[in-house]
Amino acid sequence: MSAATPVAQTRLSSLRKLIQRRVSWLPVGAAVLILILMFVAGQSYFGRFLTPRLLSSLLVDNAYLIVLAAGMTFVILTGGIDLSVGAVMAFTGMLAAKLLSTGVPTGVVIPLMIASGAIFGLIVGVLVNYFDVQPFIASLAGMFLARGLCFVVSLEAIQVKDTTVLGLQSVKLGTFEWYITPTGIIALLVIVIAAWVLGYTRFGRTVYAIGGNEQSARLMGLPVARTKVLVYVISGICAGVAGLLFTAYTAAGYSLNGIGTELDTIASVVIGGTLLAGGSGYVIGSLIGVLVYGVIKVSITFLGADSSWTRITIGILLLVFVVVQRVLVARGSRR
Amino acid sequence: MGDDVNAVEMRDISISFPGVLALDGVDFTLRPGEIHSLLGENGAGKSTLIKALTGVYPVDAGTIEVAGERRSFSGTADAQDAGIATVYQEINLCANLSVGENVMLGNEVRKPLGIDWRATRARATEFLRELGLDIDPRSPLSSHSLAVQQLVAISRAVAIDCRVLVLDEPTSSLDRGEVVQLFSVMRRLRDRGVAILFVTHFLDQIDEISDRLTVLRNGRLVGEYQVGELDRAQLISRMLGRELAELDVIGRSAERTIDRSGDPVLRALALGKHGQIEPVDLDVYDGEVVGLAGLLGSGRTELARLLYGADHADRGSIQLRGVPTRLTSPRHSVDHRIAFSSEDRRGEGIIGDLTVAENMVLGVQAKRGWLRRIGRAQRDEIVTGYLKQLGIRPPDPNALIRNLSGGNQQKVLLARWLATAPQLLILDEPTRGIDVGAKAEIQRLIADLAEQGLGVVFISSELDEVLRVSQRIVVMRDRRKIAELQNNESVDVDHVVALIAKESAA
Amino acid sequence: MRRVLKNRLLWPIGALVALIIVNAISRPSFLSITVRDGELYGSFIDILRNSAPLMLVALGMTLVIATRGIDLSVGAQMAISGAVALTIIKDSPTPNSLSTIAVAVLAGVALTLLFGLWNGFLVAVLGIQPIIATLVLMLAGRGIALLITGGFITTINSTPYAFMSQGYALGFPFAFFVSLGAIVIVSLVVRRTALGVLTESVGINPTASRLAGVRARSITWALYGLSGLLAGFAGILYSSNIMAADANNAGINIELDAILAVVLGGTSLAGGKFTLAGTVVGVFIIQTLTSTITFLGVPPAVTPVFKALVVIIVCLSQSRRVRQWVRQLWQRLRPAAAAKSPAAPTQGAVA
Repeated sequence: MSAATPVAQTRLSSLRKLIQRRVSWLPVGAAVLILILMFVAGQSYFGRFLTPRLLSSLLVDNAYLIVLAAGMTFVILTGGIDLSVGAVMAFTGMLAAKLLSTGVPTGVVIPLMIASGAIFGLIVGVLVNYFDVQPFIASLAGMFLARGLCFVVSLEAIQVKDTTVLGLQSVKLGTFEWYITPTGIIALLVIVIAAWVLGYTRFGRTVYAIGGNEQSARLMGLPVARTKVLVYVISGICAGVAGLLFTAYTAAGYSLNGIGTELDTIASVVIGGTLLAGGSGYVIGSLIGVLVYGVIKVSITFLGADSSWTRITIGILLLVFVVVQRVLVARGSRR
Repeated sequence: MGDDVNAVEMRDISISFPGVLALDGVDFTLRPGEIHSLLGENGAGKSTLIKALTGVYPVDAGTIEVAGERRSFSGTADAQDAGIATVYQEINLCANLSVGENVMLGNEVRKPLGIDWRATRARATEFLRELGLDIDPRSPLSSHSLAVQQLVAISRAVAIDCRVLVLDEPTSSLDRGEVVQLFSVMRRLRDRGVAILFVTHFLDQIDEISDRLTVLRNGRLVGEYQVGELDRAQLISRMLGRELAELDVIGRSAERTIDRSGDPVLRALALGKHGQIEPVDLDVYDGEVVGLAGLLGSGRTELARLLYGADHADRGSIQLRGVPTRLTSPRHSVDHRIAFSSEDRRGEGIIGDLTVAENMVLGVQAKRGWLRRIGRAQRDEIVTGYLKQLGIRPPDPNALIRNLSGGNQQKVLLARWLATAPQLLILDEPTRGIDVGAKAEIQRLIADLAEQGLGVVFISSELDEVLRVSQRIVVMRDRRKIAELQNNESVDVDHVVALIAKESAA
Repeated sequence: MRRVLKNRLLWPIGALVALIIVNAISRPSFLSITVRDGELYGSFIDILRNSAPLMLVALGMTLVIATRGIDLSVGAQMAISGAVALTIIKDSPTPNSLSTIAVAVLAGVALTLLFGLWNGFLVAVLGIQPIIATLVLMLAGRGIALLITGGFITTINSTPYAFMSQGYALGFPFAFFVSLGAIVIVSLVVRRTALGVLTESVGINPTASRLAGVRARSITWALYGLSGLLAGFAGILYSSNIMAADANNAGINIELDAILAVVLGGTSLAGGKFTLAGTVVGVFIIQTLTSTITFLGVPPAVTPVFKALVVIIVCLSQSRRVRQWVRQLWQRLRPAAAAKSPAAPTQGAVA
């Protein structure tokens, strides 16, 4: 083509090239590997583990967490963190339960839930981006605000009898013992949309850029400020959707819902291969991470052990992942 | 391309920061289809001028015109919209993304259903090819060398169809072959009519690639020249501020004979670090001041940091009074009574929110450990002693150090180190950014300390200072030690300048 | 007068005084102290007693924040120490003997000290972000506590143990003395030794500190250990209060309260200079706030809303942008004053 000297291209075999292109998928691959190992271990230890029923329930029972993890992925990709998601989920559920019980039509309640989640996200995002508050503190404040407002709405649980909402969870579609509910479908839909946004829109590319090097992203003229606020809004919206799913699941709005869920969410996202420092990770990975969480929860139940073991195991796994991430990063930067 | 319209015209630009007038009425023109170099030592105002051009800093006075249009930039995006692209020294790309993604970030090709990656990659490949780069757009950016990453950054500039390309110290980390490649790319762009602003301190490269050059000093414009108009030595003089014709032998401290019979305080044998400096031998004896001379980027600071253990050498060794010692952390060096004053006073020197007194005794305190606190009486003694001896103003031990002037801050830092009774003092640019009076005081102090038996390594960009104070001078260039001289009557600034300027055998 | 205004402690103390006045006006009984059997009772006294666990935790948190870090695991550590101590006492044949108590307390605190050092190792040696490093223990810690208690809420019947948070000495609640003791000891350690100054140095400019020869790593490591130690004692006090080891509820949300107390007291979250006195005032502010809210009949579950609002206000006040706005507003509102006074001497660097 041109007469000038082309760069001496490093001689890569096609296989190496293939791997190099996909190197950012490695952590997701690791997560998948772990999931498979857990399936195998579970099957060999418990016997009837890999049944269609159990696998289906993995998705359905954790639908809310899948949606939360999708939203959290956006935030963590930019290098931030959102501790308010559990509380916002509880609040939107509470709000919905209250409104439904006073006769507000479902068609109004659901958008309202999502909007309220978005507003919480907006508050946190503005605090972080325009007032230089650390994401941890800002989202912690958001969490307490949401949690407290839950109790303002009602101190006790409110039953949900609305058929549409309940139907989201109770309608079971499927064959041969495989089943899925509308909640599961919604969760998968959220994953698909999130993956599309991250991979195929300029906004999504900006998210990755910010996580990689915020300074560079700014210098490249990308709309950094707006994007940073928007990721929190997205997380809030997901919390709203998760609120819907969780309310359908428990058939009630309850102020003590979702305590500790933010930590489960963060753990799932990290286990799914997203780096806490930002810039690397995929929503699919977060989905896998939630499934890993689900398998651990189920295994603990099977073992008859105390459910608190779930949190401990997740905590340990999270620690291992973070340390490994740190070591790999340190190794890489020493180059 | 309208050849009669300047690509960029900056007139009477002034920018000031609290306490510092960074640019004072500077004019600067850039023509389309030329490579223009900007020269000046640290603090000359180069980076401030560039930041004004690229929208990072607002100007306090003066005008900027791009292609004949008056412009006022309120941010980097504005400058980019005006067609000014910048490639910074720290490649400002996103290492977590692929080459193609970086080139097209923000300008990806879109279909109704989202980004069309195939088309985007194809365009990226196009832009890369235009620069002669034949790399896989899907490869991670981090898998390529710094030199290639830089070219990718330039491709991005091409992708946004810039008319002005600013290259800020692009060659600092490149080897010869990579520099050749970069230059061919630059020429290609120039021939397409792009105006290229090339900032570097490598004088050889300026000769090789530029068409015109501008020299700044102390925030002012010294002059605009055609390449070839000045010879090397004249150029350096303009940058450093000494007219050759006026040079006379500068008075220096009384000749002292240094006793070099015993072991030197510090001996560095083939000390080096890959990517930073080539192996260097260096001896420092008691009572001797060894001056490191050289331009920016010659490796003096890197050497100093290796001597102190702030960075780890991966080649060579150090002996302290004949005893091989591994200095792996500043802590070790402090224990061995070596002191280091960084050139970055604000970032690596002062503890801004602490008082003068607290800053001063920090070295001694750190040495004693956290348990044994320095008593009030002892502290006051140390502090008042140095406040007086070094003439620190205001002599208030409870003033916050960040409110002092640069010169006084430097004196406090010196006091910090002197209080630890070191046997070797390494000073990196202690007189930078300080008023003339304080400069003289510090030089006198260094000479006195050496006379009292302290070994000193002294780095300064001001050659006359180095000559005034040192007994021996080590000249560095391009990260190598190129010469070592005894300082006597026959050595003057000309001499050292000539050494630095000498054409290197390619 | 100006110097008084500029003293950083003024604002927290002012806030506390204002809070007390509000309380005193709305319920005069707030200020009353009654004496019974030589022991003092009253709202004030309650505050002194109930604030003890938070005081201990907040003291440790102040130092950790000063190193530019944070410790989210303190609540979980409280649960752990309580679990250990109570399990030992429960399984002991002599639950009322002082030596059993001593062993139980020491064991509980020793374990949290170790956990604190573990956190310190992750942060100082491995370089992991403090938020994440301590988040892990926050997650796993309560589970560990549950393991220790075998999944139950262990209860005991031990008078000496109960004494720690329910007993009186010299007319004041014993817990208050624990609080006081901690304040005095930590203050002495920090200000009598060089630990305070070195910590501030590390927090303000870690690079310069390192180059000056400060052992930044060891200091950071040790301070996380101290935080764990103090959290351990706080857990002992808490379990002594309810005579039970409640792994799920011990110390819940105390992290936020502690961070809030530190920030209210004037220490910046960005690290560097810190003030223990400010933290003490901050703790009392929070405790009084809690008491006020309870008195107002607001369900305790809603308290977090108020705390969140306070956090937001405090963070905003520390934000540069808000300070700029306020400064501009101030200037705009007082042009006359500016014209009258002679040109003020230019300060150093602008914020």
